Amino acid sequence: MKAVRSLVLVSNDPDSVARGAQEVYRRIQEEVKAFGLQDEVAVTMVADIGRHDAVPMVMVYPEAVVYGPIRPDDVKTLVEEHLYKGRIAPGLMAPTRELTGRIAWLSARKGTLPAEQRIVLERAGVIDPEDIEDYIAHEGYVALGKALTEMQPADVIEEIARSGLRGRGGAGFPTGTKMKMVAREQHPKKYVICNADESEPGTFKDRLILEGDPHSIIEAMVLAAYAVGADEGFVYVRGEYVLAQARLKKAIAQAEEMGFLGQDIFGSGFNFKLHIHSGAGAYVCGEETALIESIEGKRGEPRPRPPYPTQVGLWGKPTLVNNVETLANLPPIIRNGASWFKQFGTPNSTGTKVYTILGNVNMTGLVEVPMGITLREVISIYAKGMRDGRTFKLAQTGGSSGSIIPAALQDTPMDFDSYAKAGVSLGSGALLICDEDTCVVDLAKVLMNFFRSESCGRCGPCRIGTERAHQILDAMSQGVGKLSDLNDLEMLANGLNQFSNCGLGQTAAVPIRDMLRHFRAEVEAHIKLKVCPAGACAMSGIAGRH
Amino acid sequence: MPAVKSLEELRKLREEAIQKRKAKTTSGDVQITVAMGTCGIAAGARDTMRAVLDEIEANNLTGVIVKQTGCIGLCELEPIVMVEIGGQPKVTYGKVNVERARQIMKEHVVGGKVLSEYVIQSA
Ligand SMILES: Cc1cc2nc3c(=O)[nH]c(=O)nc-3n(C[C@H](O)[C@H](O)[C@H](O)COP(=O)(O)O)c2cc1C
Ligand code: SF4
Ligand code: FES
Repeated sequence: MKAVRSLVLVSNDPDSVARGAQEVYRRIQEEVKAFGLQDEVAVTMVADIGRHDAVPMVMVYPEAVVYGPIRPDDVKTLVEEHLYKGRIAPGLMAPTRELTGRIAWLSARKGTLPAEQRIVLERAGVIDPEDIEDYIAHEGYVALGKALTEMQPADVIEEIARSGLRGRGGAGFPTGTKMKMVAREQHPKKYVICNADESEPGTFKDRLILEGDPHSIIEAMVLAAYAVGADEGFVYVRGEYVLAQARLKKAIAQAEEMGFLGQDIFGSGFNFKLHIHSGAGAYVCGEETALIESIEGKRGEPRPRPPYPTQVGLWGKPTLVNNVETLANLPPIIRNGASWFKQFGTPNSTGTKVYTILGNVNMTGLVEVPMGITLREVISIYAKGMRDGRTFKLAQTGGSSGSIIPAALQDTPMDFDSYAKAGVSLGSGALLICDEDTCVVDLAKVLMNFFRSESCGRCGPCRIGTERAHQILDAMSQGVGKLSDLNDLEMLANGLNQFSNCGLGQTAAVPIRDMLRHFRAEVEAHIKLKVCPAGACAMSGIAGRH
Repeated sequence: MPAVKSLEELRKLREEAIQKRKAKTTSGDVQITVAMGTCGIAAGARDTMRAVLDEIEANNLTGVIVKQTGCIGLCELEPIVMVEIGGQPKVTYGKVNVERARQIMKEHVVGGKVLSEYVIQSA
């Protein structure tokens, strides 16, 4: 196989065939020869290029331009313009995807969007995290005082439920509902846990909240404990977060001294003791039941669920587990009210989301924006565009447990429901933005390598499935994949998704599925042509390559 | 500090804290804030902080308060230093290495001239 500069893929699904794909394929080969390009350009048919809206469709790499519908008569122009003259053939490009599900309120607010909306990061970078007085000067502990002296526990839960807040740890579970589940357990001992394990690669929003505003998490935990009737809590902080732990420790001591922790808080008779537990570094310990096992001093292996921690949690007691960012929303909601909170975001995904932006963009970092803005907006406004003016190809959300979002979905609002409808997930809030030099097979391989190393090994589908999937992806990236591998991958993904005990194994299926669903053509090119269209895979398994 | 036993006590405490902070700015004090999150520190914020303190000492500057804060979310531009002089708008500088820190101290804090080429935000 020789190296080529361009790769032309023609869609070969039944629809395309019915509309003359074979003829288009033949004509492209003819024209490529006619222009003397046969040594530089490879042409192939692929089952599916990921879109069916304008068949037959032709995709040209490395630019990843999609043309369609292409009739045999269009071929000459396409080859001459794109492959010979090297510019995009005018008038032949597939229509840009229409903006699906764009919510009306968003366009109405269009003009006001670019500003960040800071709720959970309100004080980060403003106050001195080691000075409780600074926190108090910025409305600190007001929500707690209000709740303990003016509200019943049930009122607190009701306010949170009405705010529509949903978990920011990945699954988007309604926080008010979870609190109700713990509150209704009749048990003299209950716990609250703050999940600050944050071991998703590329995610560091929780660290930033803990480092920049530790008192907000303390306040939130006392609030949550009061609401569900717990008197003891743990912040499970990732072991590597040394600075966050130190600041939290200091903050706890200050809060104890001033009576925001301990006995008879705000003279209400409510008591609460807060501990820090330092994690030991395994990714799976972020899963709530593994995290509980770990606090109990056992190996961090997920428990079968049900029973859920809300009923049988830490040391068998009803336990509320929430993510750092979720908790950080509680004080502002109690302070300002549910209606205030609901003005941000979309009707079903209220509030804001903190994203860590990484990858091939001009400005990496952290932003807090209303739920429901789009990837395109994140890239163009907050990330200040793609680096070196390159083309956006895909984004990977949420460390490893997120989805691979193709460019076609960049106008889908980023909120729980719109993303679920599009079959993708927000994950934990990392946005790895990739340009056209990123190979999807390579990306999936990297992710699978992560899952394979982090699988706790408790159940077979995950332990063996992630290992096998990694082998297959590795073979593809070396140019020695087989077409039957695609079926095997699909089967592995199904097995992982259905038979794994915990979220790690279940989400390990996601990159495989996303890859096959949105980038099938690129994957097939690795197998059939032994070419990596993005030029990222070494293809070192092919003999005699130059 | 004594334990806070009511919302009223908290409000009082808050008022005091706010007043204390206001007094500092109206008296023309200079407040220098260095962002000290993990990525700030990784980018050299400790050295920056040391340079700031060093300049204060070497030049016997008075009325300068040096504070730390967490990450402001612009990790790409760390180390970040914010300068507030009296009631003037806060000026945020990016990529403040030791050299720039010294320059900011000399020209902005002492000389009163904002070094606009390093400013990333001013509000
Ligand atoms: C493998 C795995 C890792 C996880 N890691 C984290 C984590 O680091 N932080 C987190 O908050 N949730 C993590 N979760 C989700 C938790 O199990 C749990 O759903 C979450 O803490 C609930 O909080 P929330 O309702 O506030 O989102 C992880 C889940 C799985 C399956
Ligand atoms: S799915 Fe994987 S990580 Fe989860 S319990 Fe099973 S082996 Fe462990
Ligand atoms: S830690 Fe400073 S911007 Fe992130």
